Amino acid sequence: MSESRLADNLLLFCRTLRQAGLPVGPGQVIEATRAVLETGIDRRDDFRVALRSVLVTDIGQQRLFDQAFHIYFRNPRLLERMMGLLLPTLEQEAPPPEPDKAIRRLMEAMADDSKAESDEVIVEIEREGTFSRREVLQHKDFEQMSLEEQAEAREFLRHGVEFLRELPTRRFRPSSAGRRYDLRRSMQLMARSNGQLIQLARKKPRTRPPTVVLIADISGSMTRYSRMFLHFAHALGLRSHAVHAFVFGTRLTNITRWLADHDVDRAMHKVSAEVADWDGGTRIADCLERFNVDWARRVLTGRSVVVLLTDGLERDSVSDLAFQARRLQRSTSELVWLNPMLRYDRFEPKAQGIRAMLPCVDHFLPAHNVASLLDLASLLESRYSRTARFAA
Amino acid sequence: MADSNTRLPENVSGAEELLADGDYVAGRDLATVVFLALRMHRPLLLEGEAGVGKTEIAKVLASVLDRRLIRLQCFEGLDLASAAYEWNYPRQMVAIRLHEAEGRAGHIGDSLYAPEFLIERPLMQALRKDDRGPPVLLIDEIDRADEPFEAFLLELLSDFQITVPELGTIRADTPPIVIITSNRTREVHDALRRRCLYHWVDYPSLEAEKRILALKAPQLAEQLRDQLVAFIHRLRNLELFKSPGVAESIDWAHALTQLDAVTLTPDLINDTLGSLLKYQDDIARVQGSEAARLLAEIQAAA
Repeated sequence: MSESRLADNLLLFCRTLRQAGLPVGPGQVIEATRAVLETGIDRRDDFRVALRSVLVTDIGQQRLFDQAFHIYFRNPRLLERMMGLLLPTLEQEAPPPEPDKAIRRLMEAMADDSKAESDEVIVEIEREGTFSRREVLQHKDFEQMSLEEQAEAREFLRHGVEFLRELPTRRFRPSSAGRRYDLRRSMQLMARSNGQLIQLARKKPRTRPPTVVLIADISGSMTRYSRMFLHFAHALGLRSHAVHAFVFGTRLTNITRWLADHDVDRAMHKVSAEVADWDGGTRIADCLERFNVDWARRVLTGRSVVVLLTDGLERDSVSDLAFQARRLQRSTSELVWLNPMLRYDRFEPKAQGIRAMLPCVDHFLPAHNVASLLDLASLLESRYSRTARFAA
Repeated sequence: MADSNTRLPENVSGAEELLADGDYVAGRDLATVVFLALRMHRPLLLEGEAGVGKTEIAKVLASVLDRRLIRLQCFEGLDLASAAYEWNYPRQMVAIRLHEAEGRAGHIGDSLYAPEFLIERPLMQALRKDDRGPPVLLIDEIDRADEPFEAFLLELLSDFQITVPELGTIRADTPPIVIITSNRTREVHDALRRRCLYHWVDYPSLEAEKRILALKAPQLAEQLRDQLVAFIHRLRNLELFKSPGVAESIDWAHALTQLDAVTLTPDLINDTLGSLLKYQDDIARVQGSEAARLLAEIQAAA
């Protein structure tokens, strides 16, 4: 293969990778060419590893790369044709959907819910002042809310998360009220005033929002609450960027990346499209185990709070549930369990799954309306203002 | 050494030999990325489970290439002052007083930020010329540092330079060999990944692990070694909370050597499981019947 033909081939290969979803930039293409020229192309495996070391930046992309490599360099034409077939669909997806379209699609995705609502009593809201309407909303069960009301509740939640307070970090910023001296800045001040020490500069810890890990049950019995909860997750993520969100029915899915979309409706749409086990059964213990094994060490830090939303109605055996919940609780600083069943005043934890999990959680809260989610926000707040006092 | 580049490998096979000289058993793929990192002067980002030998690569490279090893252990809140440089405030203070006492003319600020007042920390040291050739800079467990530190590293990793606002840009004449490791307790940012060559260090194959143990625990009898490696490989398939790494298998081999063991028995496994598994849940799960079952499987396969 001559050098220019090699370069052409690499360029095409990188294009293929990009279409397959690997974020390959132009700089990487040049680097990949350099890498291949260094290793030579005598040995196929060296060639593959050389390309991979530049083009793959995460183990998650490795399998895709290896497969693409395998197909492409066995017969580049074949892959080209395959991509040619795929191309029209890929291009259709490329332009971002119009906002109103996204909302409409979300409506379609939620069509099942609106059907279910028709047999429920839809409560009319008085349209006097926004304030009183919010009062009404705050205590309404999500299960009785119309779509319009849900939209309003979402809006309210987005403001509600203003409650979350920030955490001190080990980094500092200048502050005249700080307790520590900032020697570097003091020295700069002295140099500026030609050696006169006028006032020592001070600093105080920078703050950062806490990491919140949300794990929501999306099985049939939880549908309405979990959608609401996802809005809460999205609103939190927009504010702090330190949110990891997972959903589970029969299998656990990390939805953090899809929630990162700024448009809440588009984000919800992506989540509903990607998650396969909406409204089905639930396997809590299995999904908690998957979280513990696959994700706990990657997303939990010493200061993260895990918020688990589920009714605790395990359909499989409950013997493993307590073990997994205990494991989870030990990996995080706080485990909060939100349970919509708590809305019933005389609720008693009789279901086996609930009884198994109950001793393993630090907080057990209701989660059936806006007010209860705001309770959660203030719980998070009180926790962090307490930490802040000790760390200052 | 007269020419510091004499030992740099010419091709991938050369890199394989180089690592073998340092008693490091590496697959061809790892040798390839090490070779590329040395030739292309690009940082090498090694990700993988704890205890698969990521840090060891930097140590081995430093020793076989006869370079200085500069190690920066990352932690949350790692800042410029402890990673790159700091000004020597007491000396600056003395300089100010001297300036006043001698009644010198001119502005003190000009002489206060001179190189002699700079305290160099690991990252800055790595940019400095060394008699033995460019040093090996090991940035260990980058996932433990926070995002601001990652952002700071970007300048260093792409241009091998550090900008000190008061002094100017300090650049390496010849770039250091940079090895970055991550246990993946947090995702490292894309911007940093793109500046590096990336390699996922996996658990070694059965054969490779036997070779590793032959090198690292030579006193262990061959038959026991084969059993031990087979047992560990079965453990790794169990989906434990923390699977044992190579470091743990070496530990275990040492422990068994100390106990003068000749063959694995269920009792022996139960007594020494603590050198392999570090979580009580995992130990409770494997201890006893599960260990006996795995052992029976190995004996049946042998």
